[in-house]
This record gives sequence, C-alpha cells and structure tokens, in this order.
Amino acid sequence: MTNLLSIVTFLPLVAAAILALFLRGEDEAAQRNAKWLALIATTATFIASLFLLAGFDPNDTGFQFVEERDWILGLKYKMGVDGISILFVLLTTFLMPLTIAACWDVRVRVKEYMIAFLVLETLMIGVFTALDLVLFYLFFEGGLIPMFLIIGIWGGKDRIYAAFKFFLYTFLGSVLMLVAMIAMYIDAGTTDIPTLLNHQFSSDTLSVLGFRVIGGVQTLLWLAFFASFAVKMPMWPVHTWLPDAHVQAPTAGSVVLAAILLKMGGYGFLRFSVPMFPVASELLAPLVLWLSAIAVVYTSLVALAQTDMKKLIAYSSVAHMGYVTAGIFAFNAQGLDGAIFQMLSHGFVSGALFLCVGVIYDRMHTREIDAYGGLVNRMPAYAAVFMLFTMANVGLPGTSGFVGEFLTLMGIFQVNTWVAAVAATGVILSAAYALWLYRRVVLGDLIKESLKAITDMNAREKAIFAPLVAMTLLLGVYPSLVTDIIGPSTQALVSQHHTAVGGPEAPATMFAHN
Amino acid sequence: MTLADFSTLLPEILLSVFAMAALIFGVFTGKDRSAPLILWVSAGMLVLVAMWILSAGGGGRTAFAGMFIDDAFARFAKGVTLLAAAAVLLMSEAYMERRGLLRFEYPILVVLAAVGMMVMVSAGDLIALYMGLELQSLALYVVAALRRNSVKSTEAGLKYFVLGALSSGLLLYGASLAYGFAGTTRFAGLIAAAEGGEISLGLLIGLVFILAGLAFKVSAVPFHMWTPDVYEGAPTAVTAFFATAPKMAAMGLIARVLFDAFGSVPGDWGQILALLSLLSMFLGAIAAIGQRDIKRLMAYSSIAHMGYGLMGLAAGTALGVQAMLVYMAIYVTMNVGTFAFILSMERDGKPVTDIASLNLYARAEPGRALAMLVLLFSLAGVPPMLGFFGKFYVLQAAVDAGLAWLAIAGVIASVIGAFYYLRIVYYMYFGEEGPGLDRTAMPAMAWAMLMISAAAMLLGTINLFGVDGLAAEAAAALVN
Repeated sequence: MTNLLSIVTFLPLVAAAILALFLRGEDEAAQRNAKWLALIATTATFIASLFLLAGFDPNDTGFQFVEERDWILGLKYKMGVDGISILFVLLTTFLMPLTIAACWDVRVRVKEYMIAFLVLETLMIGVFTALDLVLFYLFFEGGLIPMFLIIGIWGGKDRIYAAFKFFLYTFLGSVLMLVAMIAMYIDAGTTDIPTLLNHQFSSDTLSVLGFRVIGGVQTLLWLAFFASFAVKMPMWPVHTWLPDAHVQAPTAGSVVLAAILLKMGGYGFLRFSVPMFPVASELLAPLVLWLSAIAVVYTSLVALAQTDMKKLIAYSSVAHMGYVTAGIFAFNAQGLDGAIFQMLSHGFVSGALFLCVGVIYDRMHTREIDAYGGLVNRMPAYAAVFMLFTMANVGLPGTSGFVGEFLTLMGIFQVNTWVAAVAATGVILSAAYALWLYRRVVLGDLIKESLKAITDMNAREKAIFAPLVAMTLLLGVYPSLVTDIIGPSTQALVSQHHTAVGGPEAPATMFAHN
Repeated sequence: MTLADFSTLLPEILLSVFAMAALIFGVFTGKDRSAPLILWVSAGMLVLVAMWILSAGGGGRTAFAGMFIDDAFARFAKGVTLLAAAAVLLMSEAYMERRGLLRFEYPILVVLAAVGMMVMVSAGDLIALYMGLELQSLALYVVAALRRNSVKSTEAGLKYFVLGALSSGLLLYGASLAYGFAGTTRFAGLIAAAEGGEISLGLLIGLVFILAGLAFKVSAVPFHMWTPDVYEGAPTAVTAFFATAPKMAAMGLIARVLFDAFGSVPGDWGQILALLSLLSMFLGAIAAIGQRDIKRLMAYSSIAHMGYGLMGLAAGTALGVQAMLVYMAIYVTMNVGTFAFILSMERDGKPVTDIASLNLYARAEPGRALAMLVLLFSLAGVPPMLGFFGKFYVLQAAVDAGLAWLAIAGVIASVIGAFYYLRIVYYMYFGEEGPGLDRTAMPAMAWAMLMISAAAMLLGTINLFGVDGLAAEAAAALVN
C-alpha cells in the first residue's frame, strides 16, 4: 500500500471526526460507545502500524514509505519514516490503546475526552512521519491544543495554571523554531527534509549586532531549534513546566505526556539539530552535555524531596531525558543508539509508572506519598508490577532501562569522561529516590485505616499493564530487537556527522548489525 | 468618456443604482417594514456582483484615462470585501430585528460603503482614491451611530467622524503636496516623478501624510485610538462589518497607492510600514490582555492582525502582497465567524459582551463552543488551523525580504497574543459555575456563518479553496 503512512497517521483523526459528528448524548450508552470506538480506532492504528514495521527494511538508511503530494502555498505534503523515526511511530500507536483503556473510568465529558486523545494521536504520529518542515511544525505545534484542553478540562485542582504554563512555555519555544525554519527555506530554497539533510548551511563566522557568532548561520539556526526542543524535552533549566503539567494532568494525559510528547524533543534533535547543523552541534555539544549532566544530578536530588508521587516521577523523567540529550550529543553510535533506546524504554517505563500512580489515585484520590504505606499486604499484584517498573526506572539489568542508560553512558564516556562520571551518579540517585518511593508506598505494615479496604488491580488494569511488562522485559533481555532497526540509520548519522566536522570515524557499535 | 469607460465600472454603477432604487423603494413603502426584504436583496446583490467580478478573468483595464483600474488585484480585494459585507448583512438580520435597529437604511448604507470600497481598491488617481474613501467613510460614520437613542453608539459615531475627518485632512494634505511636487494626481504620473529611486522631499512628505491618513483606516498603531471605542459603542452587527470588509478594502488601497504610485521607492515606505506593523502587533497583543469586553478585545485583536497584514506589505515584494491578500482573506473569514458568535451572546434577552459570561459555555453548547475554539486558535495562529498559514506566509515574505527582525518580533507578539485568545477558551471550557448565557437557539444565518467559518479554518488547510492562486494572480498584477 502506497499510502500506508497516511492511513496510520490519520486513522485516529477520522475516528475523532466520526465521534464529533455522529455521536450524540451524554448518557451511559453514548459514553460506552465513545470509549469503544476510541479503543477500536487506536487498536486498528496499532495493527496498521505493524504492517509498517513488517515492510520496513532496516538496512536502507533512506526514507521509506515516502508519500509526496502538492499542497497549499507552494508547500509539499511529504511523509516517510526511517530507522530513527519508525519506532517512535510504533511507540505511539502501541501506547495509545493502553492509554484509552486507562481512562475507562472517566465520567465527565467522555466523548470530548476521547476526541482529544484521538486528535492528539494523529498529531503525535505526524510529528514522527512528516518529511516537510512546515508539516512537521504543524503537527508539532498542533499537539499543544488537545494537550492544553486535556490538562485544562480534566486536570486537577491547579489545572488552569498548569495548562497555561504548558501552552505558553512550549509555544514560545517553538515559534522561534518557526522563524529558523523560514530562514532555512530562504537559504536552501526548500522545506523538504531529505533535501535539507544534505544541504550545507554556512558555518562561516558572522557578526550579529556587534557580536561575533562562531559557526555563523548554523549556530543561530541551531539555537532557535534548541529553544524549542530543549523546552519540549525538557532540559534543565527550562523543565519547570513539566512537573506542574504532570501533577495537574489526568492519568492518561500524564502517560501520553511522559511517554510520547517528551520524545518529540529528542526526535527533533536527531532529525534536525545534529544532521542539519553539524558544525554548530559539535561547537555547542559541551553545553548540551553539561546541561544534561546537571539535569541528571539536580533533578534526581529534587525528586528525592518530593511528597507528591507524580511530581517525583516527573522529575525522574527530566533526569532520564538528561541521559538522552547527552547520548545524542556524544555523536557516536553507542550514544545515539542508547539515546533512542532510552527514549523508547522511558516511554514504556514512565508511562507505566504514571499508570501505577493512577491505579491507587483512582482508589484513594490522593497522590501524597504519606497517605500510603504497606500496600503490598492488600495489593500483591500491584506491588509486583510497581516493583518491576521501579526497577526498570532505576536501570536494573534485565529491564529495558538498563540498556538505555548503559549505552548512553558508554557513548558519553568516550567523548567526555567528566560528564559521564557526573551523569553516572544519577544511576545511584535514581535508585535512591525510586526505591525510597517504593518502600514508603508499598512496603511496611498496613497501618493507615483508610487503606484497609483498598482492592487489588482488576482485570482491566492487569490487561493494561501486561503489554508494558512484556515490552520492558523483552527489550531488557533482547535489545537487538530495537538496535537492529535503528542501527544502520544511527550509524549513517554518525558517519555523516564526522564527515561534516572532519572528526574521526566512529568505532563500530557493540551490537552487530546485519 | 466612452462606453468602454463605463463598462469597466459596471459593477460599481450597478450597485450604486441599486442602492438608489432601494432607497426610493424604502421611502415609498414607508417605515421599516420593507427592511428585511431590502436586506436580503442587498445581500443577494452583493454576492452576485462578487461572483461576477471574481469570475471575470482577463488582464487589467483602465478607465477614465487611468483614474480607475480594473485588474486581478482589484478583483480579488473586491471579491473578499463584497462577500464579507454580504455575510455580515445576512447574519445581522436577526440581531438588528430584535433590537429594533433593522431600519431600511442599514443595508443600503452597507451597499454604499461597499461601493466606496470598490472604488478605493480600483483607484488609479488620488482624486478617485479620496472619493472612494469618503463614500465608504461617510456611510460607516452613519451606521456606527445607528442606535440613535444610545449615548454610546452616538458617541462612537461622532468619535469616528471627528477622527476620520482629521485623517482625511492629513490624507488630503499629503495628496496636495504630491500634486504640487509631481504636477499630477495620476498614480502613473507619480511613479514617473519618482523614477530611478529618487524622490523629491516634497513628494516624500506627501507620501508620509497619505500613509498616515490610510493607516488610520486600517487602525494601525499609532493611529488606532478610535478602534476600541468605536467597536464597543457601535451595535455589534455594525462592529462585525467594521472588522471585516473595510479592513480588506483599506489594506488593498494601501497596497494600491504604495505599489502603483510609489512603487519605485519601496525602501522609503517599507521602513514606515515595518514600524507601523511592529507597533500594531505589539500594542494589539499587549493591550488586549486587560480587556474584559469581547468587542474591545476583538478591536485590539484586529489591530494586531493589521500589523501582520502590514508586515506582508512592508516586504515590498509580490510575495509580500500575495501573503497580505491571503492573510486578509483568512482574517475576514475568521472575523465573520467570531462576530456571528458574539452577535448571539445574550443573557436574559439582552446582549452581553463580557467575556466572563462565557462561563462553561462548552457544557451548555458543545457544538458552538467547539467552533469558537477552532476560530480562537486560528486567530491566535496555532497550527493546524488556517490562521497559522496566514501568519506563516507573511513571516516568510518578511524573512525573504530581509526583514528577519520584524518576523521574529511578529512571532513573539503572536505568543503574547495567544494568551488572551486562550483566556476566552479558558472561560468557555474550564470556567467555574456562574451565571452564563441564555440557552437560546442561534439565528440560522449566524449559526451557519459560525460553522462555515470554523469549518473553513480546518478544511482550508487542504487546499486553501484556491484563494492562494487568485492572490498570486492579484499580486502579480499589482507588482510588475
């Protein structure tokens, strides 16, 4: 099928339109129909995306499933995936049915809730499949609207503040990117991403308002993109919107935010900053590496001090994203493989952790750590699942979290020993906050009266966690499942980077690629 | 004066004759009984003439020795203007009827204003320009004060009139300077006088005064003071008209004067426009934040939008003009929809314009709230709505013309501006329980306009309904 990619991308949107136009009423039956339709649509999207994976040839480092059509204002509608993006598409389609299933108990404005998530899914997939700058921007920015509504309508007590902060923060970051995109278009004469990947932007030093800019145009463009992706990622010190957004968002919103939306920043670095502005990337890599190292240590320490479970996991997300950015800007195969692996793994693990919080929040309506304790006595299944994901978050060998952290640290170590050393302390710190959280919530005696009647996970909740558990363990013991697909593309990216900046050819990866 | 001259002006003549005939008909049938009929026929006439003009292809023609130009640019601007006027007439009928404002003069004045606008965008001479402008303005002064027994409406009309007269004075002074130094009022003569990029000081001062007069009409900062007061004071239906058709016409007129009469010295007016654009975008974005009244808010919003339109013109290129035209077409569509909604805001049967009255509107009327949501995000320029493409296009034209600083400023202003549109979304979707709006059905026409314009904001992203191609043709006709 030649337009499989468009089908995968727009299927959820079609479902959303059907919901919006044809489903009437707010009664029990209408709510059930809305949920089922959303679940079926997201599952169908996932199945369609599996065909994508089946037809994907990992050894071809170019773009596959490419579709191209003329569009308005001289722009092009162009879609395609390569080894870097395809797994993000699958991550999105894999997690969305689980997310929909996780909000089965929502009672307020169910139809609108489902529409928001379906629209969001289309926009998220579009970000990873767009092969035109403007199209990419469209999806990238458009995702703000449903997320803004999800936080604002179905969120917690301070949802308004969090929604506005989320929107304006990320909007400001990305409009600077828009100006850079226009400048790139003027410079290269096209908004076509594959062409831009081979376009050499000037790196001659130039003078702006009396300042000498080393790296010239590349540096300016890189900084504009950085403003957007660093906020989205989020990197220290522009991460402050994330804890607020997470705490206020409903469970499903948190899952999507942590598992998929944050990956857009990392994907942006991989797709734009590194390959298109190699000189500027090389020049500014120390900045990114150190910001990442600070993020890992600082946010891990902050996580230790949290009393709200969601906030704790949010800060741990920022720390884990620190590994990702550092891995990307190590410019070697281990670093890049590790960064992508870490993003995928974090997608499963952080998503699952937010779901874990959601399970007990649904029962007790509080996220305060102090309100819990000794859950293992009443919820053994829950305790086991929570344990697994806590360990994956810490990076225990055998879980996917270990592979990502290990690979990125190995990559970073080759370029900057100090950053690697500082970032490695994050492994210990993450063990500290994650295990401490687990002890306070799950272990110990069940002494709190209010918890005496708490029930263990029901079948639906178990069904949601099962695929996540499977993926976390599978990727933990068999990482080449992922690295085989991304390997050739990252390898190409690495050699392209080193050719552009004239550095040494990268050593071979630790996993053999066929 | 030949038959060919008149045939070029046929659409204008037809509408003028129609307005006279309708006036006589209205007077003889007495009172305002015939008003709905006249309104419907007027709207029909406007749509018909718009279709006629838009379907007439071919190159440019001039009439009366260059006083009047009929080219693709004029046709585009006229098409948008007339359709906007018709849309506003149709959606305002129910509103005016309920407030006892449906006098038969109202549609006739709108038609006369539309004729003035048509002359404006077709002007090839400073005299023709002034005639068109005054015909439009006089009609607008009167409709602003349509609610004769309301102090606010009368104040709005008077304020608009006094300040409008001042701006006309500025414009006339500039025109007389231009005539004095170039020896002609024809645009063709003016452009010849400034040939080779050299412009005499007198002509330059004339240009500045003409621009100041015209900037008043598009309410560009610092000539914007009248806008919020007039928007607030005038009956909402009239405000809707102010926010749409005249803005398109005035932008068209500015483009016409600058490119046809001063096209040889784009550097001289480019910087003036860039400054007007910068100030408008920021003042519009910042001043709107404090507004509680949705009509005042829309006034500042339109000031900001004019800033983006002017950015396209400041680029001084065909791409810039094309971007401006696309932007204005999108802007007009968005405003028609938004005002259709504002017209329906009522509490206890009385119109309200307080934003806070939208409290949890989405719960009461999910369909309309969703349409407004789309429009508001489009106004804010958030993708994937059409409003984003308009902004993208002018920004692209500005960067292309070396005005990267202006584009960056525009982008920052749009983030500031996003805040107040979001606040309306906030009231509609996240607000707290409180006295809300009446849950009455919207008048059919207003409802249709709201839905059509919201749908256009989404579906337009597929192919822009071909407006892009028309605008390219129009821009090519103007800039050569």
